[in-house]
Amino acid sequence: MATIEFTEEQTMLLETAIDFCRKNSPLDNVRRQIEQEHSVDAAVWSEMADLGWLGITIPEQYGGLGLSLADVVPIVESMGRHLMGTPYAPTVLAANALVASGSEAQKNHWLPRIAAGAVATMALTEEDGNWRLKEIQSQGVISGGSLTLSGTKCFVLDAPQAAAILVSAMIDGAPRLVLLHSDQLAANALTRETVIDETRRSYTLDLDGITVPAEQILDGADFASIEQAALLLLTAEMAGGLAGVLHVIVDYLTTRKQFDHYIGSYQSLKHPSVQILLSMEACRSHLYNAATLLADEDHKAIEAAIRMAKAQGSEAFAFAGDRAVQFHGGFGFTYDCDAQLFLRRALWCQYQFGDAAYHRELLGPLLLDEVS
Amino acid sequence: MTITQVELQEFEEQADRWFLENKPANPGFILPETFMEVGTDNQFEFLRDWQNKVYENGYVGMAWPKEFGGGGVDQVFQDIATKAMAKHRVPFLPNTIGLNWAGPLILMMGSEAEKAKYIKGILSAEDIWCQGFSEPDHGSDLGSAQCKAVKDGDEYVVNGSKIWTSLGSYAKYMILLARTSQEVGSKYAGLSFFLAPMQSEGIEPRPIKKLTGEYGFCQTFFNDARIPASSMIGNEGEGWKVAMATLTFERGATGGQAGGLSMMDLTIDDIVELARRAKRNGRPAIEDAHVRNELVDLITESQNNSLMAARAKVPALASDWPTSISMSGKLRSSELKRRMCQFAISLQGANGARYVSKEAVDGGLWQRSYLNAFSGTIGGGTSQIQHNIIGERVLGLPKG
Repeated sequence: MATIEFTEEQTMLLETAIDFCRKNSPLDNVRRQIEQEHSVDAAVWSEMADLGWLGITIPEQYGGLGLSLADVVPIVESMGRHLMGTPYAPTVLAANALVASGSEAQKNHWLPRIAAGAVATMALTEEDGNWRLKEIQSQGVISGGSLTLSGTKCFVLDAPQAAAILVSAMIDGAPRLVLLHSDQLAANALTRETVIDETRRSYTLDLDGITVPAEQILDGADFASIEQAALLLLTAEMAGGLAGVLHVIVDYLTTRKQFDHYIGSYQSLKHPSVQILLSMEACRSHLYNAATLLADEDHKAIEAAIRMAKAQGSEAFAFAGDRAVQFHGGFGFTYDCDAQLFLRRALWCQYQFGDAAYHRELLGPLLLDEVS
Repeated sequence: MTITQVELQEFEEQADRWFLENKPANPGFILPETFMEVGTDNQFEFLRDWQNKVYENGYVGMAWPKEFGGGGVDQVFQDIATKAMAKHRVPFLPNTIGLNWAGPLILMMGSEAEKAKYIKGILSAEDIWCQGFSEPDHGSDLGSAQCKAVKDGDEYVVNGSKIWTSLGSYAKYMILLARTSQEVGSKYAGLSFFLAPMQSEGIEPRPIKKLTGEYGFCQTFFNDARIPASSMIGNEGEGWKVAMATLTFERGATGGQAGGLSMMDLTIDDIVELARRAKRNGRPAIEDAHVRNELVDLITESQNNSLMAARAKVPALASDWPTSISMSGKLRSSELKRRMCQFAISLQGANGARYVSKEAVDGGLWQRSYLNAFSGTIGGGTSQIQHNIIGERVLGLPKG
């Protein structure tokens, strides 16, 4: 369904987010933040909480705004545009999963805290890099009201800052979610990972020996909606990143001279730049189409739109980052050139939650085999 | 006057029924896909008769003024009728230049006498129109047109030639961009715009054989051809402005067109359907992993284009380069069509090497479509020129 709607709320959130990210995350700041311990400055994070952004998808009864994930999209897009590496997306994903699958007690306890600024995150992926969220090795064994976990989770973003971590594990033969409190992790349970996108703070979480009350298992286990939310927010980040990297390209192409001409006058650079422009527009169109369809009843249509968006965006952003480095010539080969920041971000986004080929494969049954 | 939902629904049902019942039977020869590919008298007569029938029954030009032969009703009715034509996949209306370019232009700028003279014939397809913009030496660069028109009394004497005049052999009139002055400073200021009668002495359209092996358009030669001075539209020296206004109608941004299908529509659904029928190494092509990957990619790209149109209607979602969507429509759709046709051939195994013949898959339609698809990626400014235009006007990159 080729529909795109954009509400008053989304329009206002987009305007606020554009200003906020421009002010708080010029590329110099992004580089400074890379040197810091956390992915976001505490003052910036609390300002985000004050703006109500952490509670957007949290129902009003739990202290949130009661809006939808579609309203988070313009914020994440703006952050992607400025390469902000905050725990915002993981926190929203965790809050969303709690709303969908948590017990009443978990919701009552955690959702108001998250809305007020507590960081939360997700621990889904494992060492084998499998994108299928239900194919996991980590185990949870229930005994006498206690749950004992074992296994290793990877790519757990902003884990040391997180007050709560949602972990996936096989319990009684089924994939389930467990909510861990930060004080339940062993002292050396978290190890910082070296990942290609240096704006991220990514950790390995060692589950061995963690024992928690069995009530910390979530009632539901809606992995499909977790995946869709993650894909939507990654695509938002990519759409923003595409616009960001295009500005970097255009700035260089209109100021750098070689052989007495601005390099942007050469068609070998001009034409791929146009290709990047059109792929950025396509990514935004797919993104806001998927966001629009979220409210729809047709689950297949939602899934198709979101996977299409992630597939298209992954390839487009990776291409744009790749060309951005190349177009900067010798400077592009240096750490000082901002093109690498975007290329590294693009590679992160591409390989988290499934690359283009993976999603196209899953789109096959949705798009090719259903038509009568 | 307000239009009720009931009226619209009734009309929709009526149009739906009419096109269902009146869809012409297969003529027994392969039909062209656009007006640029009408190569035989049989094809031309079949399509002209079809447009005439559609007009006589009131399904084209519905929003054009009644006094000049239009339907005089709201555009919404025409949109419904056009949709019904697409739904029933009826043939396109061949007087494309008249319906989409010349007609809207005459309604916008013409005198009452000109409207009375031209509009009805455009709609009924009695008067076929062709277009004389491009020249052999200036394909995409219309501003450099060299075809000369020199005033002599109440006539202009035209010399030079125009190329890619689709329907040139059948046309009664040509919208002609010609140079009326060499002296003025800007090359654009020396151009004027004519509604030129093709039957004038000294005008000779010569059919060009296309890469498909068929005939479809002409090179039109002007040798001291005399056309009436009164056929000029706009003032002398305003030709560029009029031509640009005409091209705006082509892009469909302003409305004003007569409606109806202007080409045989080829969609990604047709390719998916072919992938189910066509065999690669003994199995339906759609079961091949590589084919599936490519098909999904094409569906995604086709969805891009539909979504671009939807997003263009949401100003709050314009990007930092707000004109990129409207400026890239022709580039995106023509390149996608070329790619789809190219891919369709790859679904056919060794039969991909066949051409228009009984033995070929779908009679060779896909091979011919692929070769014809270059008319979209070359005509109206090549894809390469489109990249230059978008790079310079949208991204602000320097000219080469």
